[in-house]
Formats: sequence, structure tokens, C-alpha cells
Amino acid sequence: MSLLTVNKLNTRFKTMDGEVSAVNDISFTMEKGETLGIVGESGSGKSQLVLSIMGLLATNGRVDGSARFQGQELIGLPAKEINKIRGNRMAMIFQDPMTCLNGYLTIARQMTEVLILHKGMSMADARQRSIEMLDAVHIPDARNRIGRYPHEFSGGMRQRVMIAMSLLCEPDLLIADEPTTALDVTVQAQIIDVMNELQSNMGMSIIMITHDLGVIAGISDNVLVMYAGRICEYAPVDDIFRDPQHPYTRGLLHSVPRLDGDTSRALHAIPGNPPNMQHLPTGCAFHERCEFRLEICITEQPPLKRINDLRQKACHLEAL
Amino acid sequence: MDSHKPFLEVSNNRVWFDIPGPGVWQRKKQILKAVDDVSFQLREGETLGVVGESGCGKSTLVRGILGLEPVTDGSVKLYGEELTTLDKKNMRSKRRDMQIIFQDPLASLDPRMTVSEIISEPLIVFQPELSKKERKRKVQQIMQRVGLLPNQINRYPHEFSGGQAQRIGIARALILKPKLLVCDEPVSALDVSIQAQIINLLMDLQQEMGLSIIFIAHDLSVVKHISHRVMVMYMGKVVEMASRDDLFHHPHHPYTKALMESIPIPDPTIERAKRGAPLTGDLPSPMDPPSGCNFRTRCPRAQDICAAETPEWTEKAPGHWVACHFPVI
Repeated sequence: MSLLTVNKLNTRFKTMDGEVSAVNDISFTMEKGETLGIVGESGSGKSQLVLSIMGLLATNGRVDGSARFQGQELIGLPAKEINKIRGNRMAMIFQDPMTCLNGYLTIARQMTEVLILHKGMSMADARQRSIEMLDAVHIPDARNRIGRYPHEFSGGMRQRVMIAMSLLCEPDLLIADEPTTALDVTVQAQIIDVMNELQSNMGMSIIMITHDLGVIAGISDNVLVMYAGRICEYAPVDDIFRDPQHPYTRGLLHSVPRLDGDTSRALHAIPGNPPNMQHLPTGCAFHERCEFRLEICITEQPPLKRINDLRQKACHLEAL
Repeated sequence: MDSHKPFLEVSNNRVWFDIPGPGVWQRKKQILKAVDDVSFQLREGETLGVVGESGCGKSTLVRGILGLEPVTDGSVKLYGEELTTLDKKNMRSKRRDMQIIFQDPLASLDPRMTVSEIISEPLIVFQPELSKKERKRKVQQIMQRVGLLPNQINRYPHEFSGGQAQRIGIARALILKPKLLVCDEPVSALDVSIQAQIINLLMDLQQEMGLSIIFIAHDLSVVKHISHRVMVMYMGKVVEMASRDDLFHHPHHPYTKALMESIPIPDPTIERAKRGAPLTGDLPSPMDPPSGCNFRTRCPRAQDICAAETPEWTEKAPGHWVACHFPVI
């Protein structure tokens, strides 16, 4: 049994200007211990996809399709049931730690609460376990710091606290939504290091959402590239970077300046802008920006097809 | 670049802020040294990259140069003319030669003004003699140059994406044909595919207009792409400055080296081979900086002397300056 099987997932939002399809027809499978990287630009639906899986959508959002976690269907699960899974077997961390830390409560209070609720621990045990967890994410002097409030920590420290908190119940799946985007690069390197270390110690699976291809390269086993709410390419990490098969993936890789790269030539920018989700182009959403556009791309949405056992792409072009 | 004369000279620049002390009755003043003793020269047509982590003083430095922040001490000379002692009116006339674009393109545009009003405002201020028609022609010209469509001229900022809004900011900054363009993290809020468009645009415009650019970013790969020379800042001080290639091929300061190693490279083989984070710990509080070398608390090479003495600013190789007791060779 796979850890997570998402099948034909769609997420729509009712807005003042009509219905917006944020996530369209997403299917993928994740195994135990795997790290899946999800890349895409803002508005590509990567966050809404995981929020749909976690049952954390805004009230005007509606999901259909299926997401099975360890065999259990998550979509349509009543709040009481999903609360037993969330924070326990499945946890999430966000870009801004303050969205999930409560500024009025000490770290100790916020961390022990999780263990008392999900694991039924006593206060003393929960505190001990919380301190161990803060140690594991390398917070110096955790025994004393646990009594402090979130504002007494720096940005990088708060992100560690959030990681520690999400891992208290040793979840099987950790979803990280741009966890290092707001941090300085030296601190980002520390956080990624901590995540890698915890993963190998605890054997959990990670879904890592980011727009930073460098971060994806370092942490992922498989990569899902999203554009305009759809999957355009899914492949093992080495294949994505060595031999991208979707024009959008290729465009992304060529448009980032690299520290080890050649600086004499201009960057190969993708022309145009990401599409407005309310007025998507016909056919393939990427066709207006695509340098390999065919006639058929303007009228027909390319289906997600298998290239081989491990790779899929949604593009009318046979091979790039 | 060497043939050009320096047109901007910044010497021993300090921007210090007074912070009220803790407690209500005992107002013991504390000083935050946001920029401390920074000197550099900028030549015509040159791009100087300024890198460092958040809070290192890079934005405050340029705000001081542009007169947006009072300079505590030091001098800023534009074509040999001292700017720090100018009164408001005279400083304003200098600003037509010095423009800035910001990180959050939408926040830096007035939501109640149309694109044409935003872009033509500098013309109204500095070239009031222009006729309405002439102004419109200039606005259309610059809009086309930065990649905006003519039919967008009467739209409002909220109708634009981040990348488009940044183009409006660039058009507004360049319509007066300034000599210096300060870019304060101009692409860090943009999507990757758009980031490349803006970087290419800035590089083209620089060539065409002979602009000098001060380019602030925390992303070293972007800075490496666009800069001729690079300055690395840490806690208000410059720790290293060199030509782009010297700095990236032979970083002398341990902080520069750590910063470079921290940048994730979009290549799975290289990334997987990395072991551990190059730096431990967080930035110390700027209110209470370490004695001696600011960086010593996080530095892998630190020894006793680093706590006792502030390292001298020395030229290790022609044009390659570093402030470190134990530079990496």
C-alpha cells in the first residue's frame, strides 16, 4: 500500500467573479520514506493542492476526487476524523512560522498541547518530549528556551520550533510549504540540513513545496512540476534536472541564474506572464509562452501521459 | 570598466540609529550601527552588487546615499559634489540623477494613480516645461522600452502582475534618464521565469543608457549574473569587496565563502554531495555586536585575536579588499 495516493483531485473556489479552478485533475502516488518536491510559480496551485489534501481549504473551496492516506480516504472526511490524523500522522509547516505559532502562548504550552491531545501524555512527559524535539532541531539551550514566547526567537529559530512541533507525534508525512523562502540563505541551509537529518532518523515522507529549484535538487526523490493548476511533468529528480521533457520545466531550469554557471550570456527567460486562473488560455495553459507550440496546443488540453515507468508529462510534443 | 572615472564616491559612511533604552524612567540611549564605516566608489556604467543577509545594512546604506536617511557621519560625493550637506531643495534636484526601484513592486506604486500618471510624475516635477503631448510621447516611449503595452497606459497598478508592476517601477525610475539606478532586491519577490525577464531588461537598459547600478540582493546567483564588482556586508560593515570573478572564484572572507556554499545549486548531484550547513547559529543582536570582528561568533576560523581586535580593511590582491584576520587563501 502506498503512503499517499491522490487520484483525479480537483479544487474549485467560488469567488465574486465566478468559479476558479485552482487544482485540476491531479493524480500521483507517494511511497513511505519518499520526498516529493512540488515546483511551480505563484498561483500554480501547489499550495491549494496540499491544503486540499489536508482539509485546510478556505470555506469557499470545494474538492472532488480522491486522496488516500495509508489506505484511508481523506476527501470528505468529517472534521472530527481528520483532526485525529492532522498533527498526528500527517503534519504541515508553513512559510511564515507566525501563521502557526500563537504569539500569546509560550512554546512549551503550544508543544505540550499536541502531545496531550494526540498521545494522551502527562504534562511532565509531554514537556520532556518537547525539549528532546527542540534539541533534535538544534535549538540551543532548549530546556530554558521552551518557556519563552515566539517573539523571543529569530526567524530561523521559529522555523525550527515549528518543525519540532510538527514532528512531535512522529508523523508519517510532513508537508512543508515554502518553509525556507522567508529565511536567509545561511539559515535556509541549516533548516534543510535539519530536515534531511530528521527524515533519515525518523523515516518519514516529505512533500516539499518550493519555487527554489536548488532546494528541490537537494532534497527530493521525485519532482512534480505544476503550471496553472495542472501537472505538467512528474519524474525522478535526476531526470527532471538532466533531461526535462516539458517545455515549461526546461524554461524554468534555463531561467535561473546559477552560482556555478556561465554569466556571459543573457538568461533564457520564459516570455510572457503566468496565466490568470480566471481566464485560462484555451488548450494547453502554457501554449502562449511556449517556444515549441504546435497547432493542437491552442485547442486541446494535453493529457498527462506516461513516458516510461517512472515519468509522466502533459505535452503534445512527443519528445523535447 | 577601469577606464571610467568614479562618479559616486562614498567615504566612511555611517548611519546610526538611537534606540530608546529599556524601561520607562531610565532612558539610557542605545546605538544601533546599521551602517558602520562603509567606503566605496562607483564608476560610470558599472554595476556594484551588494549582498548580505537581512539586517546587514544594505538597504540603509543606499537610503543614506540617496538622502532618504540622515547620514550620521561620512561623505557621499556625486561628480565630486558633496551630497550629505545639501539642503532639501538642492538634494531634490540631485535626485533626478539617482533613482531607485524597490522589492515589492506593487507596494511602491500608488494604487490610485494610473500607469501614465505614475510614470509621468517625475517629468512633472523635474521638467515642468514639457508640453502635455511631449510628456505623453516620452511615457509611451519608455513604456514600450520596458515591455509594457500601449493599451495599458490608463490602467491601475492592481491590474498588473508582479513582473509587470516592476516594469512600471523601472519605467518611472528611468524616464528622467538618471545616471545612477539603485535596485533594492528588485527580483526577489518575482517568480523565477519573470525574474529572468527583469534581470535581462535591466542589463539591456544599462548598456543602452550607460547607467551605473547599485544592485542589492540576498541571492548571490542573481548578483553574480548582473554585477561587475561585488561588496559583501555583515552587520553594517563591508567584509569583502572585489571584482565579480575574483570574489566568486577566490573568496577570502570566511563569511563570503559560507554564503556561497549556502546557495542551493539546481543540480541534484552537487546538492546531494553537500554535507551539513556551512554556518551555525544566528546573527548576533545588532544592539550588542561582538567585540573585535563582528563575524567571529559564527566563524569557523575564529581565534583569540578576532575577539580582541577589529580586522583591518586590507587589499589582498589588486582591487580585492577584505577585512579578516585569517582570510581564506
